[in-house]
Amino acid sequence: MLARPTRGLRSSAIEVADLRKSYGPVDAVQGLSFAVEPGEVYGLLGPNGAGKTTTVEILEGYRRRSSGQVRVLGHDPERRDRRLQERVGIVLQSSGLYPRVTVREAVQHFAKAYPSPRDPRETIALVGLQEQSDAKARELSGGQRRRLDLALALVGDPELIFLDEPTTGFDPAARRTAWNVIRRLRDLGKTVLLTTHYLEEAQVLADRVAIVRDGAIVAEGPPGELGSSSAGYRVSYLSEGRRVELQTDDPTELLHRLTRDALARGERLEGLEVARPTLEEVYLELTDRVEGG
Amino acid sequence: MREVESLSALALAWEQFRFERKLFWRNPSAAFFNFLLPLLLLVLTASVFGDDRDLLDSLVPGIAGMSIMATTFNALAFNLTFLREQGILKRVRGTPMPARSYLGGLLGSAVANSFVQVGLVVAIGHLAYGVGLPPEPVRLIVVVALGVACFGALGIAFSHAIPNFDAAPAYANAVFLPTILISGVFYSSESLPTALVGIAEVLPLEHTIDLLKTTMVEGGPLSGAAIAVVAAWTAGGAYLAVRFFRWE
Repeated sequence: MLARPTRGLRSSAIEVADLRKSYGPVDAVQGLSFAVEPGEVYGLLGPNGAGKTTTVEILEGYRRRSSGQVRVLGHDPERRDRRLQERVGIVLQSSGLYPRVTVREAVQHFAKAYPSPRDPRETIALVGLQEQSDAKARELSGGQRRRLDLALALVGDPELIFLDEPTTGFDPAARRTAWNVIRRLRDLGKTVLLTTHYLEEAQVLADRVAIVRDGAIVAEGPPGELGSSSAGYRVSYLSEGRRVELQTDDPTELLHRLTRDALARGERLEGLEVARPTLEEVYLELTDRVEGG
Repeated sequence: MREVESLSALALAWEQFRFERKLFWRNPSAAFFNFLLPLLLLVLTASVFGDDRDLLDSLVPGIAGMSIMATTFNALAFNLTFLREQGILKRVRGTPMPARSYLGGLLGSAVANSFVQVGLVVAIGHLAYGVGLPPEPVRLIVVVALGVACFGALGIAFSHAIPNFDAAPAYANAVFLPTILISGVFYSSESLPTALVGIAEVLPLEHTIDLLKTTMVEGGPLSGAAIAVVAAWTAGGAYLAVRFFRWE
């Protein structure tokens, strides 16, 4: 095999720097920057209208940015290079299916556009639709249609997969099934950019999460660590039957003071707890409680 | 790392064409009536006006022209509005399928229907009404191709003006029905008021029918003016079709 230039091998799968997008007077995206590393599941989490879909559709090549730098697998998606499209799989928030085409026919047909597609049968099995292979799209349930969306995005064996709110409207069981498929993509070494407004989804699936609000990232990090910088720790204990709660950025110092004072009084701190805020608390604080911006 | 080359744009257009043919026949009743309606109009009009030779010689090319418009202009306006509203165009846009391959396959399917339909009209005209077979079949194919290009481009362009699929039949028929009524499909347009004759002469259908009549029945040289009008509409339609194409 010929030696290939190594430049780019270690570079990010997605790089976004100061991305902006305006629709007339409306600024949908206002200076977003982030990078997604190869093999990573990256979550854009935020309420509806935060600019997640606009951002993803710019990365997918559907929209032109107003300004900023964007690289997807080393390409500028605005150029719509076929060689880029061959390496990317897209699950849109909503997109149609030919009503009279079976699952197998659809997957087989879409496979033809790719240079080295995944086996259609295997792809259908990957998303768990083997029972419905001969069912027509219009006969599928909402969750099954969504899985067919995923199969059509995966049949080209892409390195990078965009999932725009892949489980919106799912019942809890269907959501868990979809999560298992996405976990399997990570196991296959795929890079995934996921948007969601379900906290739990970001928490369960993403290696790193960016919380998006009003077209900008307000916090970023692994879901478990996201709270630590902003809202600090909560220390609580029971005092005369009532729970006392304190917030601190330095739990060591606070605990030392609390326990020292308690020991000096000859008391015990009943029900002592130290907790970091959950992602949910951080999310609500960053997206709901903060006004203005 | 790409070890396998992808299919060429032309090969993909062929795959898309085959897929579109499958989709077309997947709805057999729609396919059946699609082909039946023009034949029904041919038979009914012929039986209303009896076996007037001149009329039949005009009616068969007229129905052929109408068929070209129905299978391209109407079908593509409907189809694209449906595909756009359903989000199928947007999905295709997100794959490596080149736009020209996809639209080529889609257009090719409409063209195939046009040729089948014109073939049926010629066959029924000949077998049932004794209208002669086209003396120069190759020339007929060229004329049908010109009409198909014209009404196909106009159909794609027109789909941009249709707001949603529910409105598509009303929009398409608002253009199609008046056009076939003034363009001499069922009767000679000479009996129409001058104003309508003027409109018909600006539109491409009457000229397409004129070219079809020359190739199918009369023989002799094709009208340069008719070719010019149809070609002008083709160019304008193609420009609008490409310039304002929307995938979503």
